[in-house]
Amino acid sequence: MTYQSKSLVIAGALATALSGIAGMAHAQENEKCFGVALAGQNDCAAGEGTTCAGTSKVDYQGNAWKLVPAGTCETMELPAGMEGMERKGSLTALERDLPKA
Amino acid sequence: MNQTLFAQALLNPDAPLPPGLVDPEGRPAPKRFSVYRNTVASSLTRVLEAGFPTVRALVGDQFFAAMALIFLRSHPPRSRMLMLYGQEFPAFLAGFPPVAHLGYLADVARLELALRESYHAADSAPLPEAEFQRLLGADIAGLRLILAPALRLVRSAWPVVSIWEAHQPGGVPHLRAAAEAALILRPEFDPHPHRLPAGGAEFISGLLAGQTLGESLELAGAPTDLAAVLGLLISGRAIIGVSE
Repeated sequence: MTYQSKSLVIAGALATALSGIAGMAHAQENEKCFGVALAGQNDCAAGEGTTCAGTSKVDYQGNAWKLVPAGTCETMELPAGMEGMERKGSLTALERDLPKA
Repeated sequence: MNQTLFAQALLNPDAPLPPGLVDPEGRPAPKRFSVYRNTVASSLTRVLEAGFPTVRALVGDQFFAAMALIFLRSHPPRSRMLMLYGQEFPAFLAGFPPVAHLGYLADVARLELALRESYHAADSAPLPEAEFQRLLGADIAGLRLILAPALRLVRSAWPVVSIWEAHQPGGVPHLRAAAEAALILRPEFDPHPHRLPAGGAEFISGLLAGQTLGESLELAGAPTDLAAVLGLLISGRAIIGVSE
């Protein structure tokens, strides 16, 4: 393949890829949901060079969050906590299920 | 007390109590040391269980725990950060005679390790869509792509992605005896493995090695579904820059 024809092939593939993506429903809106991540599976955006992802110590830790599709956080069904305490996700940090100091 | 003797005794259940370990009355404290030795082994086993859930499902909980003990005693952590502990686990599996008949096991472990590395890799911002449109008019074969730090490529002679998928919640075994290459992308916070079409792994390897798009296409060989590979990279927010 000549250099010219390679450029044509790549540009063609890129154009196809771009039109395919434009056709898809646009990137789903998400929201930060506190108190729903399993231990060690929380998300985090602490900025470049650092990470706090995966640092939650207990299941459904109240001050750890996970990104979920917008509108689903507060209606998410979670297993009840100790003594049957009802648990729900929240858009703000929660006081429940914090690791013991 | 000698630190080396202490560390060796921690990993060897038959080693004698390190000299100098005493209880409040000044007597040797073998039981206390045994508790500590047990905690080291069980906490590292938990790390391996969390990091390699598919390998564990494939061999069973009991077998995995016994195997983890053998591994961790010969491969203690070299960093105080346990989040990436188990780097040598795939190579260990490849040379561990009791699993020699499970040829795919080491590659499944490589995939799980790569997912974990991707999860902990630095964040990055993708190239804006307008920039891609601009590339269409450029001398595109001569360009190099800068890929996201969270991108990982795992090539295997086994259907590793299908095996991994079958062990996800709701996953159904759907296996063909075929080689698969996994492209791990992390568009936001959760990494996910994608099956690459034929030639895709060679193409991505070229890009990762700093080859131009044209050179990478050459490596992929024809015919490759290049549009599918580029579509994965773009939708996975994995292209973060271009250079000449």
